[in-house]
Amino acid sequence: MPEGVVYTGIPSREELAACPGIPTEARMARGRVAVIECVQEIPCNPCESACRFGAIEIGEQLTALPRLDGEKCTGCGLCVALCPGLAITIVDKSFSATESTVDFPFEYLPLPGEGDTVDACSRAGETVCPARVVAVKKSPAYAGTAVVSIRVPTAFADEVRTMRRLPRREEDI
Amino acid sequence: MRKITAEIAVVGAGPAGLCAALEARLAGADVVLIDENRLPGGQLFKQIHKFFGSKEHRAGVRGFAIGQELLAQVSDSGARVLLDSLVYGIQPDKSMGLLTAGENCLLLAEKIIIASGAKENYTPFPGSTLPGVMGAGAAQTMINVNRVLPGARVVMVGSGNVGLIVSYQLLQAGAEVVAVVEGAPRIGGYGVHAGKLRRAGVPFYLGHTISRAYGDDGVRHVEIARLDERWNPVPGSEFTLDADTICLAVGLNPMTELVWMAGCQFDYIPALGGHVPLHDRNMETTVRGLYVAGDVTGVEEASSAMEEGKLAGVAAAEALGYLDARAAKEKKAEIEARLNRLRSGLFGEKRREAKETQLAAMQRARESEKEVV
Ligand SMILES: Cc1cc2nc3c(=O)[nH]c(=O)nc-3n(C[C@H](O)[C@H](O)[C@H](O)COP(=O)(O)OP(=O)(O)OC[C@H]3O[C@@H](n4cnc5c(N)ncnc54)[C@H](O)[C@@H]3O)c2cc1C
Ligand code: SF4
Ligand code: SF4
Repeated sequence: MPEGVVYTGIPSREELAACPGIPTEARMARGRVAVIECVQEIPCNPCESACRFGAIEIGEQLTALPRLDGEKCTGCGLCVALCPGLAITIVDKSFSATESTVDFPFEYLPLPGEGDTVDACSRAGETVCPARVVAVKKSPAYAGTAVVSIRVPTAFADEVRTMRRLPRREEDI
Repeated sequence: MRKITAEIAVVGAGPAGLCAALEARLAGADVVLIDENRLPGGQLFKQIHKFFGSKEHRAGVRGFAIGQELLAQVSDSGARVLLDSLVYGIQPDKSMGLLTAGENCLLLAEKIIIASGAKENYTPFPGSTLPGVMGAGAAQTMINVNRVLPGARVVMVGSGNVGLIVSYQLLQAGAEVVAVVEGAPRIGGYGVHAGKLRRAGVPFYLGHTISRAYGDDGVRHVEIARLDERWNPVPGSEFTLDADTICLAVGLNPMTELVWMAGCQFDYIPALGGHVPLHDRNMETTVRGLYVAGDVTGVEEASSAMEEGKLAGVAAAEALGYLDARAAKEKKAEIEARLNRLRSGLFGEKRREAKETQLAAMQRARESEKEVV
C-alpha cells in the first residue's frame, strides 16, 4: 500500500515532518503541548477558536493547515476535545525520567477508569504497549467528548495515539 | 380546497431552508416553512458528530445542536412552520399541492425557495436486494434517531465523508465495522475521519468492490474483489468476510423533482451529484420567482447550504421590496465571501469550479431567453 493519509488514513512520516501543527522535540520534552496531526487542507477551524492562548493559527483562509506556536501552548487540552477531526493529542515527555503522557479524545463507551490498565494503540489501531490511565476528563466545555490521559514509556510517546476500545457492558447500550 | 398563502414559501427545513426562512422573515416578509418530517433540521438531526466548517458556521458544534439552534431562531422570528407536511407538486403557474395534517391544500406564494436536499445513490450487485443492505444514511437514522443497531458486523461501501462518518458512528453505537470498501485507489473523504477508523482498527480495502453478498435469510457473507485500473474485478482476487449488514455510501444526488416539475432548466455536473438546476448569484432559477438553495443545487455540505439559504432568503425579500438594493447588496457580498472561503482547498476547489460552471450555464440560459423575447 502506498504511504500517505489519502491511501491509509494515517499521515506518513514525511507528512508529519512537514506538518506545521507538530511541536519541536525540545518543546515536548519541556512539558504538556498540543500535537496537531492535521495534514490536509480542509475547510475547518474550531481548533483555532478553541485556543484562548492564541497558540493555533489558521487565519482568514479556512483551508490553511493549523499552525502551532509551541511557546504559547500551555497544554490545557481544550482543542483536543473540540477538534471534530479528533486530530489533536497532548504529549508530555517530561512526565517522569522514563515515561510520557499522551492525552487523546475518546468517544466510545464504556470509558476507562483512572488507574486502569489499557492497551495503548497506534495510529493504525495496533497495540503498542500496556498503559496506565492517569485521568479521564469530562467537562461541559468538551461538548460530550472525553479526554483520556495515559502514561507510556517515552520511547512510545510518538507512536501511541489512542487506546483499544473496551468491551461494552449491558448498561452502556 | 383550503388555500394557504404566504409571500414566501420555503420547501424543506434542512439547514438551507431554515436559514432562508430566517433571513426572509427577519427582513420582514411573511414566510411559511414546510417540511415532510416531524422534526425540522433535514440531515442535521441525525448528525451527532461535531461539525466541520468554520466557527461562524458553528463548526465544532454537533449537527443536531445546530439544527435546534436554527429552529429556535426561526420559531422566534414569527415564520410559520408546517411540519409533517409534503409539497407533492407544483404547477406551471407556481401554485403548489400541499398535504398537511391529512388535508390536501393549495399553497400559493409570490416567491418560492426550494431547499429539498439530496437523496442517496444506490449501487446494485448480486445479493444487493437481501435484507441487511441499506443506505448509509438509513443506518445513520436508525442508530442516531431511532436508537436501533442495524446489525453487529457491517461492511461499508464508499470512503467519502458520509461513509467514514457513518462507520465511526456505527462503532460508537456498538457495531463492528469489518471493512470500508472503496473502488477508487484513494480515500475519498477527509483524512482525519479515516484516521479515527484506522485507530479503531477498521481495515480499508481501496481499489476493491463488493462482488456479491449471500446468506439464507439476509446478508451473512460478503465477497470482496480487487479491481483493475479499468474497474473490472480481478478473477481470483476474491475473499469473503462474515457480515450481517452492508451500508452503501456511494454518493448523493440532488432531490430535484419539484424543480423539474416547475420547468426549471438543468445542467449535468457530476462534481455536484448529477443533474442540477441552473441558478444565478441570487439563487433564482430560470423560472422567475423560484429560488433554490442547499444540496438540491448541487451536493455540498451544511455550511454551504446555510449560506445559500441566506442568499435565497435575502434575494427573495429584496425582490418583494423588503430590503433596499444597497442593504441587500451588502448582505449578499458578505455571504458570497463566506461561500468562497468554504469552497477552497483540497476538497473545495473542485466544487467552486463546478459552481462557476453552473453559474455560467445560467448566464447563457438568461441570454438566450432575452434573444427569444
Ligand atoms: C453522514 C453525513 C455527515 C455529514 N457531515 C457534515 C459535516 O460534518 N459538515 C457539513 O457541513 N455537512 C455535513 N453533511 C452534509 C449536510 O448534512 C448536508 O449538506 C445538508 O444537510 C444539506 O442541507 P439542505 O438544507 O440542502 O438539505 P437537507 O438537510 O437534506 O434538508 C432537506 C429537507 O427538505 C425536506 N423535503 C424535501 N422535499 C420536500 C417536499 N417536497 N416537501 C416537504 N419537505 C421536503 C426533506 O425531508 C429534508 O428535511 C453530512 C451529511 C451526511 C449524510
Ligand atoms: S492545548 Fe490549550 S493552549 Fe495548547 S493549543 Fe490546545 S487549546 Fe491552545
Ligand atoms: S479542528 Fe481539527 S480537523 Fe479542524 S483544522 Fe483544527 S486540527 Fe484540523
